[in-house]
Amino acid sequence: MTAARTLFEKIWDAHLVAPESADTPAILYVDLHLVHEVTSPQAFDVLRARGLKLRRPDRTLATLDHSTPTLPVGADGERPYANPEAKAQVAQLETNCREFGVDLHGWDSSDRGIVHVIGPELGATRPGMTIVCGDSHTSTHGAFGALAFGIGTTEVGHVMATQCLLQRKPKTLAIHVDGELPKGVGAKDLILHIIGQIGVDGGTGHVIEYRGAAIAKLSMEERMTVCNMSIEAGARAGLIAPDDTTFAWLEGRPQAPRGEAWDRAVARWRTLKTDDGAHYDRELRIDAAAVKPTVTYGTHPGMAIAMDTPVPAARNAVEQRALDYMHSRAGQPMQGTPVDVVFVGSCTNSRLSDLREAASVLRGRRVADGVRMLVVPGSEAVRRDAEREGLHEVFTAAGAEWRVPGCSMCIAMNGDLAQPGQLVVSTSNRNFEGRQGKGARTVLASPATAAASAVAGAIADPREYTNQEQAA
Amino acid sequence: MKPVTRIHSRTAVLTDENIDTDRIIPARFLTTTTREGLGKLCFNDWRYLPDGSDNPAFPLNQPEARGCSILVAGRNFGCGSSREHAPWALLDYGIQAVLCSEIADIFRNNSLKNGLLAIVVSAAEHRWLLEHPGVELSIDVRGQVITLPDGGHIRFELEPFARHCLLEGVDQLGFLLQHADDVAAFEARYEAAA
Repeated sequence: MTAARTLFEKIWDAHLVAPESADTPAILYVDLHLVHEVTSPQAFDVLRARGLKLRRPDRTLATLDHSTPTLPVGADGERPYANPEAKAQVAQLETNCREFGVDLHGWDSSDRGIVHVIGPELGATRPGMTIVCGDSHTSTHGAFGALAFGIGTTEVGHVMATQCLLQRKPKTLAIHVDGELPKGVGAKDLILHIIGQIGVDGGTGHVIEYRGAAIAKLSMEERMTVCNMSIEAGARAGLIAPDDTTFAWLEGRPQAPRGEAWDRAVARWRTLKTDDGAHYDRELRIDAAAVKPTVTYGTHPGMAIAMDTPVPAARNAVEQRALDYMHSRAGQPMQGTPVDVVFVGSCTNSRLSDLREAASVLRGRRVADGVRMLVVPGSEAVRRDAEREGLHEVFTAAGAEWRVPGCSMCIAMNGDLAQPGQLVVSTSNRNFEGRQGKGARTVLASPATAAASAVAGAIADPREYTNQEQAA
Repeated sequence: MKPVTRIHSRTAVLTDENIDTDRIIPARFLTTTTREGLGKLCFNDWRYLPDGSDNPAFPLNQPEARGCSILVAGRNFGCGSSREHAPWALLDYGIQAVLCSEIADIFRNNSLKNGLLAIVVSAAEHRWLLEHPGVELSIDVRGQVITLPDGGHIRFELEPFARHCLLEGVDQLGFLLQHADDVAAFEARYEAAA
């Protein structure tokens, strides 16, 4: 009889080209390599310098998302890039993909979008896979029961050349989320709450498996939001065992298996769960019922609290500096803090359900005077679906800007940014100093909280903005 | 890559915890398509005043920190984005080793692959190093030991393969390429079973 294994161990074992030894790490096979313009050019250069081919173009999927403008082509026929370097970087990926035979979901593709949004949409992300990308939010794909993690550019080159990575086996951390999330509280509140509990380094060296009743009830989009932010707790990856919710979401997607192959795949995927009695290196429990609308108050995602709870006093000079930077005051709740900019988007919260959540608050309401609101769909597919439902009209009627898909103000390298001192309520994943523009102050929140805050002109509880007619 | 065997320097100290890779190099500089010349952008928004002059409040701008190639940083250094531009920028700036009680996984991986020694020390040793900026250290990669001015020692762990590559000055891709046959055999087996 084989020993009881965790979900992580099952995926790990299935991808071992060579196990680790005292002297060398394991050689781990990579099923899917996601590529974007920012972290790949130097890796393509390594292939060129060594005269190497890209080993498996068919296991490589590229798109443009980070440096891309979110305003449409101008009257001059040009895309409004932030600077010539951004334009050149995009052109470089186009050239590299042509030269090395990689399928690029670029400007002319109806699938282009944020790499972590389009992988699942296309059905390229599937249970049991190993997925890597030169991007820390690769953890998103763990929502499908795939072992997915971010790598650096040197490793991007390793995968391009060999389809493999050298890896030491990480530890495992089970987070059991018991009970049920209260009404009006969502996946973003949950993951901010979790990171607030375990800390910004609480997952370092570990792969987190999220499990329990509250996780099983989450939609795929919500599971992606949770797994996406695993890296914000320092974890290597986040995982959720695939189930009927996963299979129903994937069935019929362009790259998902069909017919008999689909049935065989689902039968195999059903074995992708942690065996009874399997051992995790660490385990902890979270009570879903205790989660409230949650926001950040400092300069890393671990500084998160319920918006109606007083900001805790700084425990040291670094925390005090974070409070000062944010203009957060110990003893005061974040709720009611005036807002300058609201951003709905990013690989954390730019899917159709996120836009619906924001639109449900905004419908029939206006963004407060003096507040700028940007809504950036995660992909062309999300944009099409949202426009079919008329969500873009809800946003524009409320006074928000409806943009072209991309990472936009999450990483603020495409020209979408906040001004020094401005407070941004953002559905993205990082509230680091200067992340959304030099001197900009970021408060991470759910799409519902972001929309409610846009209407109120101050951080607001979305439960006070529920449209009754839509609740039915 | 050049072999990395021994580093001898005074330490510069950044006491802040959770220094993320956005602080090491802000995202707006990531439009580069090369890895060279990023040192002048290292810690850009902390290091310079709005007029472009040096920020006197940035610890590494202090005269005694100039030229130091060993950085002692607050806990959880290198968290956040996976950008390898962070170790590229630090190396180009002149930092050859980072000592910390805890270093973010991706940053540590990226650093070791570029010859930047990312070394985890115990909490007590870390506290002492934070409290003693400018101390002269000698880091011996082969012996995995840091020698203090008083002759005291701090031992550290280094992933054995990363250590081998540092000492020999070889990169890890060569090792992977040597296993091309194993990869092909795995692939044939794996894809037949799918």
